[in-house]
Amino acid sequence: MKLSINRKEYETEADPNTPLLWVLRDDIGLTGTKFGCGVAQCGACTVHVNGEAKRSCVTPVKAAAGKEITTIEGISSDLSHPLQKAWIAEDVPQCGYCQSGQIMSAAILLKENKKPTDTDIDHAMSGIICRCGTYNRIRAAIKRAAMEGGV
Amino acid sequence: MTENPKLARRWFLKATLVAGGTLVFGVHLPIVSRAEERFGIEPPLADFHPNAFIKIAPSGKVTVVVGQAEMGQGVLTSLPMIVADELEVEWSNVSYEQGPAGKEFANPAFGAQITGGSASVKGFFEPLRKSAAAAREMLVSAAAAQWGVPAEECRARNSEVFHPTSRRTAKYGTLLDAASKLVPPAEPKLKDPKDFRYIGKSVKRLDTPEKVNGSGIFGMDVKVPGMLTATILRSPVIGGKVAAVDDSAAKAVKGVRNVVGLDSGVAVVADNYWAAKKGRDALRVTWNDGPMKSVSSGGLYQASVDAAKNGKGIEAKKVGDITAGRSKAAKTIEAIYWAPYLAHATMEPMNATADVRADSCEVWSGIQAQMVVQSQVAKELGIPVEKVKVNNTLLGGGFGRRLGDYVMDAVRLSKSVGKPVKVVWTREDDMHGDFYRPSSYNVMSAGIDGSGKPVFWQHRIVSPSIMATLGPGLFGFAPPPDRLDDSATEGAHTLPYDTENLFVDWVRIDPGVPVGFWRSVGSSHTAFSTECFLDELAAAAKKDPLEFRLSLLTKHPRHAGALKLAAEKAGWGKPAAGTFQGIAVHESFDSFVAEVAEVSVGADGQVRVHRVVCAVDCGQVVNPDTVKAQMEGAIVFGLTAALYGEITIKDGRVQQNNFYDYKMLRMNEMPKVEVYIVPSAEKHGGVGEPGTPPIAPAVVNAIFAATGKRVRQLPIRPEELKTA
Repeated sequence: MKLSINRKEYETEADPNTPLLWVLRDDIGLTGTKFGCGVAQCGACTVHVNGEAKRSCVTPVKAAAGKEITTIEGISSDLSHPLQKAWIAEDVPQCGYCQSGQIMSAAILLKENKKPTDTDIDHAMSGIICRCGTYNRIRAAIKRAAMEGGV
Repeated sequence: MTENPKLARRWFLKATLVAGGTLVFGVHLPIVSRAEERFGIEPPLADFHPNAFIKIAPSGKVTVVVGQAEMGQGVLTSLPMIVADELEVEWSNVSYEQGPAGKEFANPAFGAQITGGSASVKGFFEPLRKSAAAAREMLVSAAAAQWGVPAEECRARNSEVFHPTSRRTAKYGTLLDAASKLVPPAEPKLKDPKDFRYIGKSVKRLDTPEKVNGSGIFGMDVKVPGMLTATILRSPVIGGKVAAVDDSAAKAVKGVRNVVGLDSGVAVVADNYWAAKKGRDALRVTWNDGPMKSVSSGGLYQASVDAAKNGKGIEAKKVGDITAGRSKAAKTIEAIYWAPYLAHATMEPMNATADVRADSCEVWSGIQAQMVVQSQVAKELGIPVEKVKVNNTLLGGGFGRRLGDYVMDAVRLSKSVGKPVKVVWTREDDMHGDFYRPSSYNVMSAGIDGSGKPVFWQHRIVSPSIMATLGPGLFGFAPPPDRLDDSATEGAHTLPYDTENLFVDWVRIDPGVPVGFWRSVGSSHTAFSTECFLDELAAAAKKDPLEFRLSLLTKHPRHAGALKLAAEKAGWGKPAAGTFQGIAVHESFDSFVAEVAEVSVGADGQVRVHRVVCAVDCGQVVNPDTVKAQMEGAIVFGLTAALYGEITIKDGRVQQNNFYDYKMLRMNEMPKVEVYIVPSAEKHGGVGEPGTPPIAPAVVNAIFAATGKRVRQLPIRPEELKTA
């Protein structure tokens, strides 16, 4: 099976029903995408498939084959993505484990909605749990990135 | 901590020039452990084991080796800040390195390498300052000697030594060889706090970049050449054991290499996680359920009720005479408060990787008690401690859960299959296999006189003992059954309110549910019981909850200071339209935190927390923004528990499985949180935990203001609050 991840081509021999998460992590070695619950409840595993946010822990790899997959490692090579800059400016992460999923979800939000309201942010981001409770900083960082533009 | 001359230890600094010309400073710290402090046990004197390494490279780059675990609390930034300030280096030249396990990295607050008790800054502030100051003095002396001028005429600034009279400068990187030949000063002069450059100012965390680009390595992300991955099927009943295994279907799964029986269950070892998980799903195991099979939550609650009536109480605090106090009461109030078992539910499920070789072992995992793990592994394998290397990774949440119990399975599996093995827990494994926050059953009574003044306060706490469960492994001792485990009563036996007659005792129960430290430990439930019950007294005395508290805090100005600041910033008495306020204050880990919650309760009983205003007095602050972040996070942690948190047991099985039935607070439920720091020059209090205790009582007291109903059992149940 051929996979296009972060604009690079990969070949995998994984069982087609293997969740994309585990192909990314174990097979390809991209461990920025996290395992939190395995049942699409926490959002730590969020990646982009053809520009849509997907929970990779419940997405069979065959459903992503031939499509453009983007992971946290693919949004910039040098911390230059507006959301990464905003996350650093607001000092968002504590333990950091959920933040890949938060950023990947926020990226889709801002792509579709340049000036999200609090309600828009609630709607887009409530699927991603942060046990450290960084929600208000995530909200501030999304607004900062929206203001600075470029997503 | 009381001064005990027998336990006094000497402080040493050692400077060594290593390969590449880097100067490494090692420090031996005076250590008094919790065991010594509490029980007067004197451990053998340690050999020279320098800790708190500071490295200065010829390039001028300073690396601070941090032996504490980073679990979100910002220790990889706060400890380097302390060094940078005292050493006079530019922040852009400072970085961190995660230190390995070893007694050289023991936290002086514990005498062990444990990250917990909100004690990293508390334990390391003075020793790190002292080592950095000594290093600075050595660099200054080295430069002064080269220039032939008195050291007193030189000063350190921005990673260089400066001689104002001759306007000469020398970069630290050029002085390392000369400095390494000097004798470290025994009593270096510390900076005047008014000259602090970083300490007390918000500095951006050093570990954010690796947490926003996916490069940070958590235990889950460890990859070792030749590594296999295992999942373990454990008994659904707490403490159950394997009776029989049919692993034929599991072994037929592609990628499965081995099926191994362990004390904890049956492990499937495979090429990757998914194969291991599929193999595990294909196992057919019959279990010997053991004695916990007959245990359910209803019975556990009843056992607490019975123990409160019939059990033998261990005294935690006695002031005056309760009986005399009762006779003076114009009004007596009685209530039962209950807090349930809780899971930690860190975002990263438990995991560990081990590579057992012929005469050594290497471990990779996120661990709050690395040194304990190191010695346990050494004992298990029969090899010297120095042959066990423990590499600590980032921790995807700790909260008291990540002490390291999950490491041993990886060690045993690696030994069994002869390859490095990573053990990964599923979310369900994590939920079912926790060391839970103990339940707490509280029998409370208090009386007020005609003027509303409390004339007695009696509090009996019934709960399992954390130290009985974890003490032997962690601290090498457990309190005897007739001795107080003060982690059960902390926050209750330290009640700050004026009363002439106070009695707090504890009845220990041993129901067989594994219990452990959960962010803020005893205070996670004693703040709830004491601060809600005090609110009941205020209502009985017909006093404003804030005024009532302040009138009884005459001997506790720091509680009062935090309360006043929170009340002022929240606009106490003037809640936003449609909302109601509740207030609470609590001391834990030497910090004083007051919180005001603004809450509304719908006709359906749904509780919405709109705003939380927090004031914290944690003594001298290192990184104010980290203090704020920790308060924000601790409030969410406590609020999640107050609204949703409950682990229940049926027939010995934990009934919650994953985030769909053990709910977490989410973005759309997040209140506004404002944090204010009380300016203070007092010694350091903790910040990781103290924000959690006041939130449940603040919310519950606000619910009373809104509805007139007292919530005395957590979690808050909307069905008991609904009016339509």
